[in-house]
Amino acid sequence: MSANSDPEAAIWVRTHASQWQALAAEAAAAAQRARPTSAEALQTLRAYRVLARHLATVRALQPGGVLAAALERTCGGLHTAVNRPPRLTRARWGQLFRDDIPAAAATVRPLALWLAALLVGSALAGWWLINTYPELVSLIASPQMIDGVEHGHLWTYQILNIAPPALLSGRIVFNNVLVTVGAFCFGILFGLGAFYMIAINGLMLGGLLAFTHQHGLGLGLLKFTLAHGPVELSVMCLAAAAGTALGEALIRPAEGTRAQAVRRRAAEVGPLLIACALLLLGSGLIEGFISPHPGISIPARLAIGLGYWTLMMLWLSGRLSPRIGGSAARREAD
Amino acid sequence: MAEAALTVRSLTGVEMTLPIAGPGMRSYAFLIDWQIRLLGALGWLLIAVLARLLPSVAGRPLAHQLLIGGVVLALLTYFLYQPAAEILTRGCTPGLRTAGARIVTLEGTTPGFGALLIRNVFRLIDSLPLCYVVGLVSCMLTERHVRLGDLVAGTVMVRTTVDASVSLDRLAAQAQRGALPLEAVELVHDLLTRWSSLEPQQRARLARTVLSKLDPSADAADAALGETALQARLERLLEREQRS
Repeated sequence: MSANSDPEAAIWVRTHASQWQALAAEAAAAAQRARPTSAEALQTLRAYRVLARHLATVRALQPGGVLAAALERTCGGLHTAVNRPPRLTRARWGQLFRDDIPAAAATVRPLALWLAALLVGSALAGWWLINTYPELVSLIASPQMIDGVEHGHLWTYQILNIAPPALLSGRIVFNNVLVTVGAFCFGILFGLGAFYMIAINGLMLGGLLAFTHQHGLGLGLLKFTLAHGPVELSVMCLAAAAGTALGEALIRPAEGTRAQAVRRRAAEVGPLLIACALLLLGSGLIEGFISPHPGISIPARLAIGLGYWTLMMLWLSGRLSPRIGGSAARREAD
Repeated sequence: MAEAALTVRSLTGVEMTLPIAGPGMRSYAFLIDWQIRLLGALGWLLIAVLARLLPSVAGRPLAHQLLIGGVVLALLTYFLYQPAAEILTRGCTPGLRTAGARIVTLEGTTPGFGALLIRNVFRLIDSLPLCYVVGLVSCMLTERHVRLGDLVAGTVMVRTTVDASVSLDRLAAQAQRGALPLEAVELVHDLLTRWSSLEPQQRARLARTVLSKLDPSADAADAALGETALQARLERLLEREQRS
C-alpha cells in the first residue's frame, strides 16, 4: 500500500480493509452467476453500493493511489455484472415476434417500398438490356449457364438434380442470408451499398428472365421462382431498407452525434434481421424441396408463393396477432 | 501513450474507468475462439467420416447421409460459433475469457442480444477483404479500439485481467497486516491531533505510556526525553505503521 501522510486515511483503510476481501470475492462470484437467486442479487447490489461508496472515499483520501485503482477495477466488474439485460425468456421472445419486429418493419416501410421500386426498375432495365444486346448476357451469367440455356436446359434443374434437397436448401439459405446480410451491412455506406446490391440483383434477375425468354425457357424459370421468389426478394428489400436506414442516420442524424444516431437506428432495426433470417429459412426450404419438384403445378406454386408472402406481410404489419394492436397502442400511450 | 479507457458512471453516481483492450488482445481472443470453432467443425467431420467406416453403415445410403450431416454440422459450428458463443456467454466467450477481456456497452453494462447480434452481423464488412483487415485497421485507428461492428452496436472490448499490484483482495490482506492493532493506531493519531490542546505534563505522560506499550524500541531513556522528542517519536511510529 502506498504511504500516505494522512493518518486518518490509513485508519480508514485499516478499518474497512476487512470488508474488501469479501467484496472482491462477491464481485468474482457475481460475474460467474448465470441465474442468481433474489438473495444473491441483493447481496451483489449491496456489494456494488458499498464498493462505489468506498471508491469515492478512497479517491478523496488517496487520490491516484493503487487502492483507488483496485476498488475501481472491482467496482467496474460489478457494474457490468449488475447492469445486465434480463435473459431471453419465452415472454420476451413473444414480445419480439409480436411487437418489436412489426415495429421495426414499420420504421423502414417507406424505404422498403422505394427499394422494391428500385428492384423492379433495375429488373426492367436488365430485361431491356439483354433483349436489346443479347451478347451482354456474359456479364451476368457464367458460360456453363449460357451454354445450358442455349441447349434448352435451365441451370436451376441441373444443379438441383445433383444435390439432395436438404443440402441444397442449406446452401440456398446460406447464400440468401449472405446476400441479405450484405444488403444490410453495406447500407451503412450512406445507403449506397444497399442500393447497389438491390440494383445489381434486379438487373441480373431481369437479364436472366430476358435471356431464358429468348430461348423459350422464361416460363420454366418463372415457374421455378414462383414459390420462393416473392418472399426472398421482399426480404432482400427489407434488409436493404434496414441498411439504408443506418446510412440515413449517418447522413442526417436526428439528434446527437452521427455515431449515436447510427447506434440508435441499429437498435431499432435490429429485430428485422431475425425476421429476415427466419423468412429466408422458410423460402430456402421451399426452394430446396418444392421449387425443383416437377410435379407441382403453376397454380399450386403461385398459391404457395402468395400464401407465404401474405403471411410475411401480415406478420410484419402486425396483423398476425390480435394482441399487436393493443401492445402498439400501449407503447404509443407510454 | 495513455491507456485507452472507457469512463462510465455507476448507479451511485461515482465515475469509473474500464481499461480498453487493444488490437493485440482482441486478435489473441479471436484466434483462441477461431481455433475452438475450427476444432469443433473438424470434430464433426471426423465423427462423420469415422461413422461411415462402421460395418453397419459402410456401403449403405446412410453413409452418404452421415457425411452430408457432418458437413452441415461442421459449417454450422464454424459460422455460428462466434455469435452463439457471444450471446450465450453475454459477451465473454472462452477466447475473450482466456485473453482477459469481455464485451461491454458504452455504459459499461452487459450487452443485450440485439447489440451482440448486430456486432456479429457486421463481421461481414470487418472481415473484408481477408483476415479481418478492415476490422483490424478500424481497431488501430479508433480511439476506443473498436471495429465497425462495435461502432454500430455500441459495444467495446474491455480488459478484465487485474494486475496483481491492484488486486483488491491482496491490498485488503496487506492493509490488515499492520504491526499495531487498529485501536492503537487510532490512539496515537488521536493523541497527536490533540497534542497542542493538552497540558504539557499530561501529554508527556500519555506519550510515555503509549510509547512504552507500543514501541518495542522505547527504553528507560525515554523518561528523559523532552516533549518535542516524544511527539517526533509518536509521529515516527505512526509513519512506520502507515508505510507497512
